[in-house]
Amino acid sequence: MTVEIHDGTRWQPVCTLDDLQPGRGVAVLLDGAQVAVFRDRTGGLHAVDNLDPFSGAHVLSRGLLGSRGDRPTLASPMYKQVFDLTDGRCLDEDTAPDGSPAVLRLWPVRTADPTARAAKESAA
Amino acid sequence: MTAHTPDRPRDLVLVGHGMVGQRFLEAFAEQPGAGSWRITVLAEEPRPAYDRVHLSSLFNGRTAEDLTLCPPGFLAEHGIDLRLGDPVTAVDRAARTVTTRAGHRLRYDALVLATGSVPFVPPVPGRDAAGCHVYRTIEDLDAIRADAEHAKTGVVVGGGLLGLEAAGALRAMGVATHVVEFAPRLMAVQVDEGGGELLRRKIEDLGVTVHTGAGASGVETAADGRARALALSDGRELTADLVVFSAGVRPRDQLARDCELPVGARGGIVVDEHCRTADPAVLAIGECALTVDGRVYGLVAPGYQMAETAARALAGSPGTGFTGADTSTKLKLLGVDVASFGDPHGTAEGALDVLYSDSRLGVYRKLVIGADGALLGGVLVGDTEAYGTLRPLAMGGKPLTTAPEQLVLPAGFAAAGPVALPDDAVLCSCHNVTQGAVRAAVHEQGCESVAAVKKCTRAGTGCGSCIKQLTTVVTEELAANGVATQTGLCEHFPQTRAELYEIVRVTGISGFSELLDRHGRGEGCEVCKPTVASILASLGGGHILDGEQAALQDSNDHFLANLQRNGSYSVVPRVPGGEITPEGLITIGEIARDYGLYTKITGGQRIDLFGASVDQLPGIWGRLVDAGFESGHAYGKALRTVKSCVGETWCRYGVQDSVALAIELELRYRGLRSPHKLKSAVSGCARECAEAQSKDFGIIATSAGWNLYVGGNGGMTPRHADLLAADLDRETLIRTIDRYLMFYIRTADRLERTSVWLDRLEGGLDHLRAVVIDDSLGIAAELDELMARHIDGYQDEWAATLADPERLRRFASFVNAPGTPDPAVTFVPERGQIRPARPDEDGRILTTPTPVLVAGPRLEVLTP
Ligand code: SRM
Ligand SMILES: Cc1cc2nc3c(=O)[nH]c(=O)nc-3n(C[C@H](O)[C@H](O)[C@H](O)COP(=O)(O)OP(=O)(O)OC[C@H]3O[C@@H](n4cnc5c(N)ncnc54)[C@H](O)[C@@H]3O)c2cc1C
Ligand code: SF4
Ligand code: FES
Repeated sequence: MTVEIHDGTRWQPVCTLDDLQPGRGVAVLLDGAQVAVFRDRTGGLHAVDNLDPFSGAHVLSRGLLGSRGDRPTLASPMYKQVFDLTDGRCLDEDTAPDGSPAVLRLWPVRTADPTARAAKESAA
Repeated sequence: MTAHTPDRPRDLVLVGHGMVGQRFLEAFAEQPGAGSWRITVLAEEPRPAYDRVHLSSLFNGRTAEDLTLCPPGFLAEHGIDLRLGDPVTAVDRAARTVTTRAGHRLRYDALVLATGSVPFVPPVPGRDAAGCHVYRTIEDLDAIRADAEHAKTGVVVGGGLLGLEAAGALRAMGVATHVVEFAPRLMAVQVDEGGGELLRRKIEDLGVTVHTGAGASGVETAADGRARALALSDGRELTADLVVFSAGVRPRDQLARDCELPVGARGGIVVDEHCRTADPAVLAIGECALTVDGRVYGLVAPGYQMAETAARALAGSPGTGFTGADTSTKLKLLGVDVASFGDPHGTAEGALDVLYSDSRLGVYRKLVIGADGALLGGVLVGDTEAYGTLRPLAMGGKPLTTAPEQLVLPAGFAAAGPVALPDDAVLCSCHNVTQGAVRAAVHEQGCESVAAVKKCTRAGTGCGSCIKQLTTVVTEELAANGVATQTGLCEHFPQTRAELYEIVRVTGISGFSELLDRHGRGEGCEVCKPTVASILASLGGGHILDGEQAALQDSNDHFLANLQRNGSYSVVPRVPGGEITPEGLITIGEIARDYGLYTKITGGQRIDLFGASVDQLPGIWGRLVDAGFESGHAYGKALRTVKSCVGETWCRYGVQDSVALAIELELRYRGLRSPHKLKSAVSGCARECAEAQSKDFGIIATSAGWNLYVGGNGGMTPRHADLLAADLDRETLIRTIDRYLMFYIRTADRLERTSVWLDRLEGGLDHLRAVVIDDSLGIAAELDELMARHIDGYQDEWAATLADPERLRRFASFVNAPGTPDPAVTFVPERGQIRPARPDEDGRILTTPTPVLVAGPRLEVLTP
């Protein structure tokens, strides 16, 4: 199974599902942008900016997944702020040190079966 | 102007600055109007009051200073004139004066005698020979210690509480030890026959020979006049070059006798319930007094009550007097738990005994039940768990609501559920604090912790035997007041770290999901995941990057390196004890040069290499591992470094090989996962160049072995380590550290350094010492086995990671572009090395593995 991210114009394959260890993430380079992609314990996929607004370093892919109440979350590995993975908002602080809102962009993510698609394409 | 002549200050003279004397001063200072008295204390001993009860701890590392009872500044604050080493020799009641040995004469308006007692030495020939001792003061113990160095065999005359304590001390000093007791059993005052028999067996198992039913009849001396043997009343003779007489004490009532105050037939200054003697200007308290119930109390708790009674009487607010006291005791003698409470001998009419005895397990329990069903007293040997609850029950005098059999049967105590105590039950007999008072401290005075309650009521600050019960009551009361003691780890686990540790240990659960599903809720978080990972690792759960465990680790553990501010990593190879060969230095230098890493000597006596990207870590570590280096666990909550000083090998002052020991310890504990990081150091002599006293465990060499310090901390809240044990040999030292670390790992909170843990530990250093040295909780074997498992299971995390392609996969900056370094991680040169570029700087990416001291048109490169 392939994991795909929508970059605004099209779905781009970025890795296989096996590359994603449940509870952890990987970083993806997408035409110059860095995206952090995760798979949670129940198999759900999440993709957000890799840039940590609090440290300015591209490290969120190395953070830890978890939950707060019933919301799935991501904790930054740098200073441990926690982000809500359903809307990208930081649950601990509203703004980053530079005054900008501490919200991560959510990237659409899905799995696709490349063999199925290949079959479909060749049939077409 | 009207002349105002203040009343002449009244003079209070206290004779004796022992435990009770000091307590009297404290209690008196709190009384209203105390300020109108001028207080003089005349003391025979050369030092201010000290904790005689814990005298024996001088043999396991405590110093005389540790035992002091007189808080700094106390005397000055209350204007008390303490005169040491000048005992009172006579009292003139008519003139109201006392005379001291130095010839001073002092007037008094009130005189308080707190002269304690003297050890009774049976009048046998030879009792004054060199090698004969008593066991009462710090000087006595110093003298015993000095003699024990040359002694082979020692005999303690007297098998009571103090005799057994003295025997324990002799044995600990390596002297073959005998105890001679005239009565047919040991501790005849406290325990009954059955308990005494079990006690004897346990003590003999420990290598102390016990002779009951025999008294001392004389000390035989050698040609040099030193003791050589002890003759017994049954005609036998025991070889002995050291004799300690501990055959009871006699009240020191001579001053009273000389000035014709009434004394008891068997000694003791007669006092009324307000501690006044026949002369209202003279009071007597503590072990020298014969109280209204016709007894002389040889325990400190009743003495303290008398001290308070006398203080109130003198201040003119007598209140309830002293009519008798609880003589319950709980002790650990030579590692055997013994407790007796209430009336252990069942002297009341119609009293019945309920007995449980298991000689295989070494447990003996007896309860004395009165005709009305109330618990009157009891004896516990081998297992004193239930003491905290049973004693107040016995004091309460109300009929039991639980069947007494339930209370003595094994585990029956727990099965019977919590036993409700009445509010007037005395929880702490040292300070006479009732359960009701403890409850009130919580809900009326707002105390929110055991520590606060201790401060406010003084409960638990004496002998400490009530602390367990105190904690239970405080916790219950807090819960009842809705002050839910928030102890859970996080929203996912209501348990504390220590509780989770126990769950994992007992159930053998080996994964986070299983633990979360069975004992928690939600998905976990950055708090509980690494905590559980650490617990699994401490309990020997394999490589930290295996399977589900990998997903739990903090980012640093996940990459086996420390994340830096710009997203790069640092690399810290282990350099055990800080000792490194020139070859090792060159290898590290070459690797750093080839990868262009910034190098720095750390505060932990090793070398940190900074600026590596995730993709570079395996390459760097591959070379380090090939050269024989291992992970330094700079990223883990684990052992960091064991620093050393150069020690005996080179240093002209060193007395032991501190480097060798530091290396041995670092290799032993490397990789040990713990609630927080662990640091250690070994110094080769008391000059302490390795700063061992600021470490979680620090060792300082002495000419006789090693002193072990625990609970030190640098960092944000520095704490000097406490001496846990002195002059240990290598083996004992290591065993003690093993247990200390495992006990800490088992009971500490998440991210709680040993310093904070030790300060929080109920019973503090004494409790710790009891657990790791005397095995008071019976868990030592388990702790030893856990450490053995850790040592056997140790593997270098980096070597194992490099050998496994699966684990290596994560070391890629980008999953879809392996080998591409993170374009956002850039550096600039500084002082001949690199540093992370700041946002406004035009930094350069490091490429691998070409020499890359970043250079560019606008960047200046420093060439050495
Ligand atoms: C590298 C080093 C500074 C140096 O250049 O010398 C260092 C660096 C860091 N220290 Fe330290 N400490 C270093 C020696 C110390 C020392 C001195 C010592 O060990 O003798 C102390 C005081 C002693 C102590 O811990 O009791 C020290 C007290 C701390 C503390 C405060 C701990 C505390 O209990 O208050 C922290 C914060 C923490 O752990 O929560 C800390 C945390 C850190 C962290 C891990 C901060 C972080 O999360 O990034 C730094 C990581 C560095 C890295 O990436 O490798 N570091 N740190 C030293 C590494 C020693 C080693 O070889 O392992
Ligand atoms: C090794 C040991 C272990 C013990 N363990 C326990 C225990 O576990 N639990 C317990 O409850 N009790 C225990 N005790 C007993 C406890 O120490 C005493 O009950 C307590 O010290 C009594 O206090 P005190 O002030 O009456 O006497 P002391 O502490 O003996 O003080 C009396 C002081 O008066 C001084 N003095 C005497 N005559 C004169 C004079 N004429 N002029 C000036 N000064 C004078 C003495 O030198 C001494 O310093 C133990 C005692 C020892 C020795
Ligand atoms: S003192 Fe602060 S800045 Fe310096 S190494 Fe330690 S944690 Fe980092
Ligand atoms: S009973 Fe001794 S401190 Fe409480």
